[in-house]
Amino acid sequence: MTETFSQALYLVSAILFILGLKRLGSPATARAGNRLSALAMAIAVVVTLVSNEIMGWGVIVGGIALGTLIGFVAASRVEMTAMPQLVAAFNGFGGGASAFVAAAELLRDSDPALETAITIVLSLVIGALTLTGSFVAFAKLQGLLSGSPIGFPGQKIVDIAMAASLIVLSIWAVSQESVPAYWTVAALALVLGITRVLPIGGADMPVVIAFLNSASGLAAAAAGFVISSNILIIAGALVGASGLILTNIMVKAMNRSLSSVLFSAFGGTDAVAGEIGTEPVKRATADDVAIMLAYARRVVMVPGYGLAVAQAQHAIRDLASALEAKGVEVAYAIHPVAGRMPGHMNVLLAEADISYDKLFDLEEINRDFPTTDVALVVGANDVVNPSAKQDATSPIYGMPILDVDQATNCVVIKRSLSPGFAGIDNPLFYLDSTLMLFGDAKGALNDLVNAVAEV
Amino acid sequence: MSLLIGLTVLVLAAFVGFEVITKVPPTLHTPLMSGSNAISGITLVAALIVAGRGSGTAALILGFIAVTLATINVVGGFLVTDRMLEMFKRKDRA
Repeated sequence: MTETFSQALYLVSAILFILGLKRLGSPATARAGNRLSALAMAIAVVVTLVSNEIMGWGVIVGGIALGTLIGFVAASRVEMTAMPQLVAAFNGFGGGASAFVAAAELLRDSDPALETAITIVLSLVIGALTLTGSFVAFAKLQGLLSGSPIGFPGQKIVDIAMAASLIVLSIWAVSQESVPAYWTVAALALVLGITRVLPIGGADMPVVIAFLNSASGLAAAAAGFVISSNILIIAGALVGASGLILTNIMVKAMNRSLSSVLFSAFGGTDAVAGEIGTEPVKRATADDVAIMLAYARRVVMVPGYGLAVAQAQHAIRDLASALEAKGVEVAYAIHPVAGRMPGHMNVLLAEADISYDKLFDLEEINRDFPTTDVALVVGANDVVNPSAKQDATSPIYGMPILDVDQATNCVVIKRSLSPGFAGIDNPLFYLDSTLMLFGDAKGALNDLVNAVAEV
Repeated sequence: MSLLIGLTVLVLAAFVGFEVITKVPPTLHTPLMSGSNAISGITLVAALIVAGRGSGTAALILGFIAVTLATINVVGGFLVTDRMLEMFKRKDRA
């Protein structure tokens, strides 16, 4: 295959990646879009194998076979609730691969040209940080490590010292062509990936995964510079951009800044709880709520992560179906941080066979709450806390929330009055228009299904 | 290829990425993340080139690890995204 022809095919591959991402813009075309991206990848891989002189097929066939097996098993077995961990792990693999490419390149040519040397260092550092950072995120999400911030006194100073030596050594490695300096840089990056993610609390993991997603793309782009390949640079830049957009959305939805997530430990446990549950609430029984729901014109379900923890996605769908059978209009309000990663709750509800055109994001649904008869909050807390709008002293002040307090009535299904991640009281519970239905999400929803059937 | 041409491609591709991905609705953000994650497995191309050169045992071992990791990323990423998107259906009202 001539060089020009293979470059032309790489261009086709790049175009297909972009078209594939474009089709992810609508649920109707998304699946075809993902397959288009997979086709683009297949073209790039085949062109590479045909146009390069391959000396060692054994290594390549073995690596592809092993990788395919592991990837296939992981992708087909994973539970939808465990999707954040899986994406974190895959980010790590991608970043790690880029670091290993740079390392192999360095072994082949220990005296690279200045331009190549710079990109080798970048690929090593970004790749290594992504590798270990992702695996700490994976361990936290999987529950192998505690979700609360883990650190030691003076850690910030140690980290700053490590980052500073990393930068100095990188410059040294590139300018003095010192191979040991490259390896030290790689080792420092591996350690920094661990020590930077350990102090980040479980609640901030959506931001971390999105950020590492971006980093894995940048690592691929850096590897593209190392081997002078446009397709790697283009695909890497696309992923880098995608990860940054998602990071930004998550950070805004959580009322944080990226630097506060990455550079300060915040787990929620240190927040002062204040007095909780001191005011009277209105308790309701399943029968009371069933009557209210069955005679409503419009009901909005507000699922939080508690719903997924209780595996109650099917129960909420059953309730919605029972209400729709009685002529009630049902919609779902999805806060950006309702799940454990961007869009996670939508996937969990889709798995329970809930039609995607009934799921509305924050801005869309907030317009509708004033004309909603009942907002049914299940397993959500901070994302419906009106303090975010009304109380300038609240730690969550300014965070975008779902305005369930604007609905004519609000029903909250909850085990107790205990606070959410932010560790603060929720004035919503004490409103005149709010009814509390105490119980676990799944049990309470099933009670409601039965009670609605009898109305 | 000079560094500057590479940077030009990088910056332009990033702009295309921002334009295209900003239009993806929040409903599809998880599949977007796992799908774009699979695309970052493009580093497989570099891994294949490095592993295929067969220059020395150490480089071969590193190449093998890179190919394996990148393949997990690619195969697993596309498959799990497909699995998720299969569930996104519009149900007609009965």
